[in-house]
Amino acid sequence: MTRQVWASVFENFFFELGQVFELGWQALQSIFKKPFEKANFLQQLEEVGVNSLPVVSLTAAFGGLVFGLQTYLAFHRYIGPGSESQGGPIIAVGLCRELIPILVGLMVAGRVGSAMAAEIGTMRITEQIDALFSLGAHPVRYLVVPRVLASLIMVPILTLYGDIIAMFGGFAYNVFLMKVNQTLYVQNTLKYFELWDVSVGLIKALIFGLVIAVVGCWQGMTAEGGAEGVGRATTKSVVVASIAILILNFFLSKVLPSTLG
Amino acid sequence: MNEIKIKLSDVHKAFGQKQVLRGVNLDIYTNETIVIIGQSGSGKSVLLKHIIGIMKPDRGHIYVDGQDITQLSEEELMKLSRKFGMLFQGAALFDSLTVAENVAFGLRRHTNLSEEEIQQVVKASLERVGLRGVENLLPYELSGGMKKRVGLARAIAYNPEIILYDEPTTGLDPIRADAINELILQLKKDLCVTSVVITHDMNSTYKIADRIAMLYEGRIIEVGTPEEIRHSPNPVVQQFINGRATGPIEEW
Repeated sequence: MTRQVWASVFENFFFELGQVFELGWQALQSIFKKPFEKANFLQQLEEVGVNSLPVVSLTAAFGGLVFGLQTYLAFHRYIGPGSESQGGPIIAVGLCRELIPILVGLMVAGRVGSAMAAEIGTMRITEQIDALFSLGAHPVRYLVVPRVLASLIMVPILTLYGDIIAMFGGFAYNVFLMKVNQTLYVQNTLKYFELWDVSVGLIKALIFGLVIAVVGCWQGMTAEGGAEGVGRATTKSVVVASIAILILNFFLSKVLPSTLG
Repeated sequence: MNEIKIKLSDVHKAFGQKQVLRGVNLDIYTNETIVIIGQSGSGKSVLLKHIIGIMKPDRGHIYVDGQDITQLSEEELMKLSRKFGMLFQGAALFDSLTVAENVAFGLRRHTNLSEEEIQQVVKASLERVGLRGVENLLPYELSGGMKKRVGLARAIAYNPEIILYDEPTTGLDPIRADAINELILQLKKDLCVTSVVITHDMNSTYKIADRIAMLYEGRIIEVGTPEEIRHSPNPVVQQFINGRATGPIEEW
């Protein structure tokens, strides 16, 4: 009996995973197919990018501050007082490669991924998706493609924006608050910090953006069972996207080279 | 006039373990109004969605103007939707768009009209269903009856050849329900359309139907004119059209 349950859980999981991949692939292929849903796309750019700025700003600022704090403490405690300026490169690399892409990804998954699932899910249960089809609008092209494209563009931009804010936060904590030597801090940072470190974070952000949009849209399009179904779809889209981001982040960190030089 | 517009041939459809359509055969003629009756949950909506291509059968074929739509690609199905206008059960208006934008939706995709022409057609379409001055309202500001009428205006704006109605009078008071019946009759006269209506409202059925078909246990068990159906020897049909709780139909 348990074997059957596990078998069906696995089967279900891979079936759903396959469907998500199929939707993602269909969306990516359709990006260059007419008609281009320009109005929807611009609306999504605003929703994913512009409207996420406040939350990303706060997240990045406090992420940078706390990472700056812990790095300062680590050097102060384990290497010795006066060594804290060597934390500069660690803060920059750690933020750009790992912390900010993850935090921005999770925040956007929570904000935007859930909204996509909720909106599309509500359309699904009120037959608006069928109505789109009956009026000659392909649901994937009309709903999913603008969202996927907007995420692919905006999540890396938000991540870059977050990188800058967070690195300034780390800098501000060390130099302004803890009076670490500014010249040494900046020199050390520039010595070991590469453009590739930022690029790694942005590559991750691109993939996270794709995951957030495709998972959110897929959960919405397969919602059923009235309001409860939409609620479930919304929750699931955040949980699934968040876990996928965390797992993918590890493998991407492993796979992407640490340095290009 | 007696050409077959839509042909359903041995259509089967299951959802998981549940077999909904078990071999539906039906011919629908050009310009006729055919009403498909059956119990709630008998698969009427599913059948309608097969006709327009929203769903694909597991087995069987559906022909529209002689073309087998089950073999069409998604692109071709999108183009085919030009022939159809569909009124959904809850109207399915796009809730973030105004009434005017809703009605213009199909027009924008299926025609090359200018913006000015589109606005004129939208106004005319709304007037045809008896609505004036509602262009800038959002769907949540409309009553149920108004939503249905906007849904109908949206479906007919681009002059489709076939109109599908999914329970057009369900949820409406008797007066509004009859107003929709009148509209369906009027549209048939004015636009020369083929109409496929699914309902369990027998009053509506007798008023608007040229022919009636009954869906029971996944098959069409009887087709005929309203008079033929009224006098059908089939006890299942009689139980349904007379609204009796007891009889051969036991599941409810």
